[in-house]
Amino acid sequence: MVKLNARLKTGGVLLLLFVVVGVILPRFSPYDPRSWNAVPRNLPPSQAHWLGTTSVGQDTFWLLTFAVQNSLFVGVVVAFFATTIGVFAGLVGGFLGSAIDRGLTLLMDVFISVPSLPILILVASLLQGKTSLLTISLVLIIFNWPWPARQVRSIALSMRERDFINTARFSGSGTLSIVVREIFPYVLTWSLANFVNTVLVAIATESGLAVIGLSSVEQATLGTMIYWGLQYQALLAHRWWWIGTPVIAIILLFIALFLASTGFADFSAERRGRKRA
Amino acid sequence: MRFARYLFSRLATYFLVIWIGMTIVFFVPRFLPSDPVTAALGRVMSSGSTMRPEQVQAMRSTLMQLYGLEGTLPEQYVNFMKRAIFAGSFGPSLAFYPTPVNALIAKSLPWTLFLLLTSTVIAWVIGNLIGLLAGYQSDKTYSKLLEGFAVFLYPIPYYILALVLIILFVYVIPIFPVSFSVQGTPLSPEFISRAIFNSVLPALSIIVGASGWWVLSMKALSAGIAEEDYVSFARLKGVGEPTIMGRYVMRNAVLPQITQLALNIGTIFNGALITEILFGYPGLGTLAYTAVVQSDYNLLMGTISIGIIAVATAALVVDLLYPLFDPRIEYR
Repeated sequence: MVKLNARLKTGGVLLLLFVVVGVILPRFSPYDPRSWNAVPRNLPPSQAHWLGTTSVGQDTFWLLTFAVQNSLFVGVVVAFFATTIGVFAGLVGGFLGSAIDRGLTLLMDVFISVPSLPILILVASLLQGKTSLLTISLVLIIFNWPWPARQVRSIALSMRERDFINTARFSGSGTLSIVVREIFPYVLTWSLANFVNTVLVAIATESGLAVIGLSSVEQATLGTMIYWGLQYQALLAHRWWWIGTPVIAIILLFIALFLASTGFADFSAERRGRKRA
Repeated sequence: MRFARYLFSRLATYFLVIWIGMTIVFFVPRFLPSDPVTAALGRVMSSGSTMRPEQVQAMRSTLMQLYGLEGTLPEQYVNFMKRAIFAGSFGPSLAFYPTPVNALIAKSLPWTLFLLLTSTVIAWVIGNLIGLLAGYQSDKTYSKLLEGFAVFLYPIPYYILALVLIILFVYVIPIFPVSFSVQGTPLSPEFISRAIFNSVLPALSIIVGASGWWVLSMKALSAGIAEEDYVSFARLKGVGEPTIMGRYVMRNAVLPQITQLALNIGTIFNGALITEILFGYPGLGTLAYTAVVQSDYNLLMGTISIGIIAVATAALVVDLLYPLFDPRIEYR
């Protein structure tokens, strides 16, 4: 039985809660919380409406479940593709070396140095509110693959010189089979931690864009909930439940993702250490 | 001689980053299925003014010229690069016609630099000091508390912290004004004190948001160094604990943190843009937002290009300052 550390446990339980809220609960919503005037307006939290209602007549709790669903969708799509592309580029660069590696490294450095948000603002403003979550995800993928690529490249570079790689090479394995059989399992645990971290970065960026009304404003995400709350002066009217709900949800979600990602990294480092001993 | 080579390769990367960044900025509007000229014309038409077809055509060509959308793609590209990088000019702003975009940027850039530089430096210093404390004796209770606090703060984005601060200190306990307002002659004592007072909350949200990362990474670095043999040796030799912490551990642990600073500037800039917009802080972020809301194409291209150049320049400056802190540096 492996012992899970406290960070991984706390983060995992919280994440599970978000998955339940975002993936399972939206199916049970008594009404479509995206449509306006489905419920009376501006009600504070009560038994009928756990987290109150908004100024356009949406139930905040059920709206939240849809928001969590869309935010998780953006995070997972971006993290999956960015990590896959990054791991592939890092392995190719680290193992093939020479001109390809120099070219890829330069590309990674450039994409890490160009700030992504201004480019996203440009894309979103030119599309004039017709931005879809997929467009935003695509831009986020373009800006997020270099981080894992850089890490995987340095892992690959350090592993190239290890004894077990030489053993494999001398016993007649080709570069491809060494990468797939020997290096990939090693990189895999690391990529999982990176995946969780990229989910966090992607959701944070999309929500940031959404808070200023530049994401897809018709889709409910955690950021657009805040945007509409600000637009309808929920703060001035002291309707804390409207803005407070997505704010607290984002804080909890990010802490959960961060704990899960660092907890998992510690966990796999520990397990490797024990195995070797 | 080695420094010259380092300088040369670092400068080459700098120009490459700007060039690729600007190339992306150039191609995004041209590849998206939206046409800023048609959009601008549509707004004029819908505002009620009737125009004859020749007038529309004349206006269309004026706009094409203003936006730099005339000629073939390679011609536009060369013109754009000439204007943006060499002449540093982005044409007139449409929302504030005929004020040139440059004048608007020149007015807001100092605000952004002031906010970002101050809060980034404060966050870096505070974060590293707390991280050093937490890492130097990492098994103490206070170390664990400090780290736990940083773990809680680090993943929260600046704009969420900004919202929490706004809720707390503008609405619940009304200390600060709802929107940014600074009057009086620039740089008069009254102007400066108003400006600082109004910048407290935006700065605080960046400081709190950014320092979490510095605490966590400094803690990890200094905890590792505190276990090195030369630290134990110094202790056996009778060197005082404050000296060990400051001279032995901190000086070594702080170096990677400087390199990290150069890498993180882009992320900090991203976060600061949204923070500015939420507070109505009169910097580059709010200017870009005005450009979006008013569909001011030239102003948008201008603010975004300057943002990319500013981030690349800041990273370059940090990288070039690095040798001052590390006497052992080898340039490769």
